[in-house]
Amino acid sequence: MTKITNTLTIDGRRVPFVEGQTILEAALAAGIYIPNLCRHPELRPHGSCKLCTVTVSGRNGSACTMRALPGQEVLNNTPELNGRRRLILQMLFVEGNHFCPGCEKSGNCELQALAYDAEILTPHFAHFFPKREVDASHPDVLLDLNRCVLCERCVQASRDIDGKNVFSLAGRGIDSHLIVNSTSGKLADSDFAVTDKAASVCPVGAILVKRVGFAVPIGERQYDAESISHQAERLVSQEA
Amino acid sequence: MGHDVSTLKDIIDGAVARYQSNPSYLVQILGEVQDKANYISPVTSDLISKRLGISVADVRSVVAFYSFFHHESRGKYRVLFSDNITDRMAGNLALFEHMLRRLKVQPGQVSRDGLVSVGLTSCTGMCDQGPALLVNNHVITRLTPRRVDEICDLIRSKAPVSDWPSHYFKVEDNIRRAEVLLGASHRPGEALRAAVRRGQQGMLDEVRLSNLRGRGGAGFTTAVKWEACRDASGDERFIVCNADEGEPGTFKDRVLLQSFAGRVFEGMAIAGYTVGAKRGFVYLRAEYLYMLGDLRATLERMRADNLLGNRILGVGGFDFDIEIHLGAGAYVCGEETALLQSMEGKPGRPRIRPPFPVTRGYLGKPTVVNNVETLCKTTEIALHGGKWYGGLGTKQSTGTKILSVAGDCDRPGLYEYTFGVRVAEVLEECGARDAIAVQVGGASGTCLSPQEFGRRISFEDVPTAGAFMIFGKDRDMFEVARNFAHFFAHESCGFCTPCRAGTTLIARMMDKIADGNGTQYEMNEIMRVRDVMTTSSHCGLGQTAGRAIGETIQKFRGVYEKRLSHEDFVPAFNLEAAVAKAREVAGRDDSDAHLGATA
Repeated sequence: MTKITNTLTIDGRRVPFVEGQTILEAALAAGIYIPNLCRHPELRPHGSCKLCTVTVSGRNGSACTMRALPGQEVLNNTPELNGRRRLILQMLFVEGNHFCPGCEKSGNCELQALAYDAEILTPHFAHFFPKREVDASHPDVLLDLNRCVLCERCVQASRDIDGKNVFSLAGRGIDSHLIVNSTSGKLADSDFAVTDKAASVCPVGAILVKRVGFAVPIGERQYDAESISHQAERLVSQEA
Repeated sequence: MGHDVSTLKDIIDGAVARYQSNPSYLVQILGEVQDKANYISPVTSDLISKRLGISVADVRSVVAFYSFFHHESRGKYRVLFSDNITDRMAGNLALFEHMLRRLKVQPGQVSRDGLVSVGLTSCTGMCDQGPALLVNNHVITRLTPRRVDEICDLIRSKAPVSDWPSHYFKVEDNIRRAEVLLGASHRPGEALRAAVRRGQQGMLDEVRLSNLRGRGGAGFTTAVKWEACRDASGDERFIVCNADEGEPGTFKDRVLLQSFAGRVFEGMAIAGYTVGAKRGFVYLRAEYLYMLGDLRATLERMRADNLLGNRILGVGGFDFDIEIHLGAGAYVCGEETALLQSMEGKPGRPRIRPPFPVTRGYLGKPTVVNNVETLCKTTEIALHGGKWYGGLGTKQSTGTKILSVAGDCDRPGLYEYTFGVRVAEVLEECGARDAIAVQVGGASGTCLSPQEFGRRISFEDVPTAGAFMIFGKDRDMFEVARNFAHFFAHESCGFCTPCRAGTTLIARMMDKIADGNGTQYEMNEIMRVRDVMTTSSHCGLGQTAGRAIGETIQKFRGVYEKRLSHEDFVPAFNLEAAVAKAREVAGRDDSDAHLGATA
């Protein structure tokens, strides 16, 4: 049995934590939402999207990778940090091709939900309009890299949970992109299956199961009813 | 240009066998294969993955990460012009254009006959003797129009690079000012013997007493690093010499490795002795390939002299040897955890820290990563003691520091100073007159204006890994900053959002200003993006990438403002350019076809 050994504060509120927890885990367990995108509760923290950046004793760091330590004074919900998060979200929108109205993931999309929650109405910056691939070769799953946010959830899930190693992140800088582990580079030629964990962890609409379009109508989807931040406590109970 | 599969298999088998089919040597294997096969085709990746028992995606992801690996043919001759700001100042772009015209190729494209490609690359570390280029990773310095013509002729005549005139490839040391490190004669084994006399704990105590701090830029205390590695749990420890000198404007490690390699290696052996490591690695940037043969010869000599190998100097249990890993064109690998990833055969994306390399480094084992110059300094401490060393320089910055001086001055090259030297003294000594700015510490460093030339080179005032780029009165600091902006956009590893997208956003906004479409709006936006990069990026690359731009905006605002349109906002979209294609298709050139032409 683990027991609560100590506390830290987040925006002045005392938060208990268990040794080994990250700041983000401690926050969520206490029902405090820290915006995050690349993290998935069943996977190791990735620390790449940087939305969960918090200030701890004057220093910035990713709440998803920083260990909770006794007495830490964490700043999270401040105008300055939320302003940066807004900017990072806008960066994510313009570096890819995110066209929400035509996306099956709309309403269930974490990127979209985060943007609404941050009250972002426009992507603000000039779009990069990158040329990215769509791979419809697989009989059951569509891979649309236009929407990929490079979180590597699928990379991890395939490698560590499915034991298949179907995906890998290739390239550098703004040319970074997901690749598929097959000689042809096509998903159909890999051993990917719709039942894989990797098929269900994508936070956006980059990996979509075919032939299930709009089973739940727009307006009744996960983030339509309630914003992503207000679901923090519910997310915690799902994880437990 | 293609190879038949049987030859290709031989090439791959040879390279894989040389590294015992060990996938952690993937970057080395790819380098050797590409050297013989010219590029790493998808088929090649497939074959290598099968030989190494790793996924083809993992091989391809590495190929796609490093600038010097190509998945399609880049020609038999791959020419890359060094494109640091100092190369620009020496006229590299005119020579680049000249070569493009002569060889009838487009930038970065392969010629129709598949013979040659000509492109640009990040700083090659030849700033004191630029403009420089790389041909198949071999560096040629001091380019002139005539030399470019000769190179074009050699390429056209298909002469093997190994047959090109040897003076093309000569790299000068240009040591202009020497103190303890560059001035002392080095008797092989002397420092190592002194270290062994002091004993393992004794040597560590001397390093602590010296207050030696890392010369790579961050200035971490060496003794703390060594002790932490020594005390970390693990069955094996490693010493890594960071020779991935990619910071634009820095070339001191080039000289240390070219002319003081014995001392670098002895420093590594001293580190190995002190922390209990038996294996050392030099991570050498690919641009310094030219010195690989000499470095290996030095290692052989040291083995023959019992300065490396087993029972070094007859001391039981003191076994240490060194191997050289080559990089493949990635500035970010200068970051120590990215470097370790690269050494393990992966893309060079920095790891999450902690854990730090001293506890979990190469292959997850305790590892000391030290800069080339830092390791040299440990030989001085072994010889003369920590107290003597600590007496040099300032309280927080002991010893000497080597500066790589380049740009607008009479005598570019290496200058070794005791820490605490004023910027103005360096300027005077190298013959720089009317400097309007000095960029200290490279593209990620700080931009000093003349009011700041009284400041001192030291960890407590102006820290630097060595770069010292001087800009004379006719230089345009906006173009300096724009060059750096593109450098970072090219070198961002792409792992974290702020750096991946932010470096590109800033580079584009700098281009927009350069094109005359910028307003005060873009200036503000650049500062906003810079703020997020500085505060939220994953590693030092992203955290410092916006620094020079921010500082030039503060200190040289005029060079930005003179480019700005006086309106509130001007779109980057150019109607005139946008309808050019339509004009061409329609075969029209009348005034009505020029919709967006400004009066």
